[in-house]
Amino acid sequence: MVNTANIGVRTLRRTRTRVVGERFIQGILLLCAISSIFAIFLIIIFVFSQGVPFLAEAGLSFLTGTVWLPSDSFAAGTWGIFPIILGSLIVTLGAVAIGAPLGIACAVFLAEIAPPAVRRALIPSVSALAGVPSVVYGFFALLVIVPWIRGQFGGFGTSVLACWIILAVMILPTIISISTDSVRAVPREYKEGSLAMGATRWQTIRSVLIPAASSGIIASVILGMGRAIGETMAVLLVAGNAIAIPGSIFAPVSTLTATIALEMSYATGAHQQALFAMGVVLFVFILILTGLANLVSRRRVTY
Amino acid sequence: MAAKLRETAAIGLLWGAGIATLLILIVILAYILVNGLPLISWHFLTTNPGVRGQQGTGIYSTIVATIAVTGLALLIAAPLSVGGAIYLNEYTKENLLRKVFRQAAEVLAGIPSIIIGLFGFLFFVIYLQPYTGGWSILSGGLTLAFMVLPISLRISEEALKAVPGELREGSLGLGATKWQSITTVVMPTALPGIITGLILGAGRAIGETAAILLTVGGALGLIHGLRDPACPMTLYIYNILTEYNDTTTAYGTAAVLIIAILAITFTTDYLMNRYTKKLKGL
Repeated sequence: MVNTANIGVRTLRRTRTRVVGERFIQGILLLCAISSIFAIFLIIIFVFSQGVPFLAEAGLSFLTGTVWLPSDSFAAGTWGIFPIILGSLIVTLGAVAIGAPLGIACAVFLAEIAPPAVRRALIPSVSALAGVPSVVYGFFALLVIVPWIRGQFGGFGTSVLACWIILAVMILPTIISISTDSVRAVPREYKEGSLAMGATRWQTIRSVLIPAASSGIIASVILGMGRAIGETMAVLLVAGNAIAIPGSIFAPVSTLTATIALEMSYATGAHQQALFAMGVVLFVFILILTGLANLVSRRRVTY
Repeated sequence: MAAKLRETAAIGLLWGAGIATLLILIVILAYILVNGLPLISWHFLTTNPGVRGQQGTGIYSTIVATIAVTGLALLIAAPLSVGGAIYLNEYTKENLLRKVFRQAAEVLAGIPSIIIGLFGFLFFVIYLQPYTGGWSILSGGLTLAFMVLPISLRISEEALKAVPGELREGSLGLGATKWQSITTVVMPTALPGIITGLILGAGRAIGETAAILLTVGGALGLIHGLRDPACPMTLYIYNILTEYNDTTTAYGTAAVLIIAILAITFTTDYLMNRYTKKLKGL
């Protein structure tokens, strides 16, 4: 009698500790899951805490002014980052204009045309392209692309064009991997239907597959744009970093990222805050692009 | 006839795009490796850089610094990302909460490294200076953890999602608790996928420069502790290019980095292939 009661109590206790233990573990796992949200908040709070007061003080002229003469006291400096913002946009749009067609074509090739052996070689190559450090891309561009531009077109070589070329390569993996997935996600019946109607492979790709996969393809291009506007090291090495609106594609240019990286090494006081404010501007660009990409990829193509 | 011609031309162009992508990779890798590999020697790998990074010296302290910041970033990001992935996949249903978490990880992954660097500078280098020692391995590694986290979270989640539901049901049916079935059934099955995620995260940390530039200090000496400033390989490449115009040592360092990245790519590719095959066989 006593024994069974004892066992009963013990089992009950064990079950209870087990339930408590399970709850405890679940709580810890929840904390882990929350950590990315927490991380975003930390980043926003700290970067904005330095940047936003400066933005408020400098006002709209920070974004529209064309003269950038930083100083460690606010009153002594001239704070206009319009040429830098424009530089970021020029560099990004050009890179996407070159990289997107190549990336999308490569994605269609991977999803539809490539024989299995070629696909097996190409997929890890795309991951390898994504894994190459940006400073190595910059190094390559500085030693190969920049001298080539200097030789062909004159000038320093460090230029808008150099940024376009290397950034176009750097956004390829983003565009290829997302576009490939979205082309492959198109239902087989669409493709088979089109082929059965007598359409050729290219007609099927152009009028059935690409339209059906368009939301994913567009999202991949927007994310590629985010990658390009946020890229720092490669741009820093080949842009030339002259703060002026570039007169041609062979002229040097400076971007938000490169200016932050370059000037953070010596900036103090108001100058440092201004760089954080640039960080805020860049952050807003990235949020807009991420939001757009989400909006686009949520849109479903219906027939 | 015209349609046929257009067909051939278009398919040809698509082949061209695929081959061009492959060629771009090969050209970049070959250029770095051809110029860099002859420099790599036992001496190069085990000697510290000169005070001014002169030629003829090695990159030992920068390799140590890269390993230290990467290891630290993984040490912090691994439990958080794997734990987070387990929570999302095993304890929540496909609902708004899960979408919010996933969205957050996506946003975090999309934040440019220079902004993470600005944050790391302010938070770890300045604000937590008494603990991190200012510019240091600790500040750099903690900053990098923010970049590794979303990558390994996403891939761990995919790996867990790929584990067939019957395995869980079988384990629960035998009387195991949820946590028991996670540790004894789900995790071992998903392990190759989770490790892939962590290796890819490590790759990101090894290759990162902009965030490191603002947080780790750039000192070339061999580190003695986590609160010492240091100069990982990526930053060393940047510094010797811009300050000393020493392309020779930069080639050697870049080649070491490329070899590490290639090893990571092929390991993860292999692991992932084996993993998907194994799950299909179940």
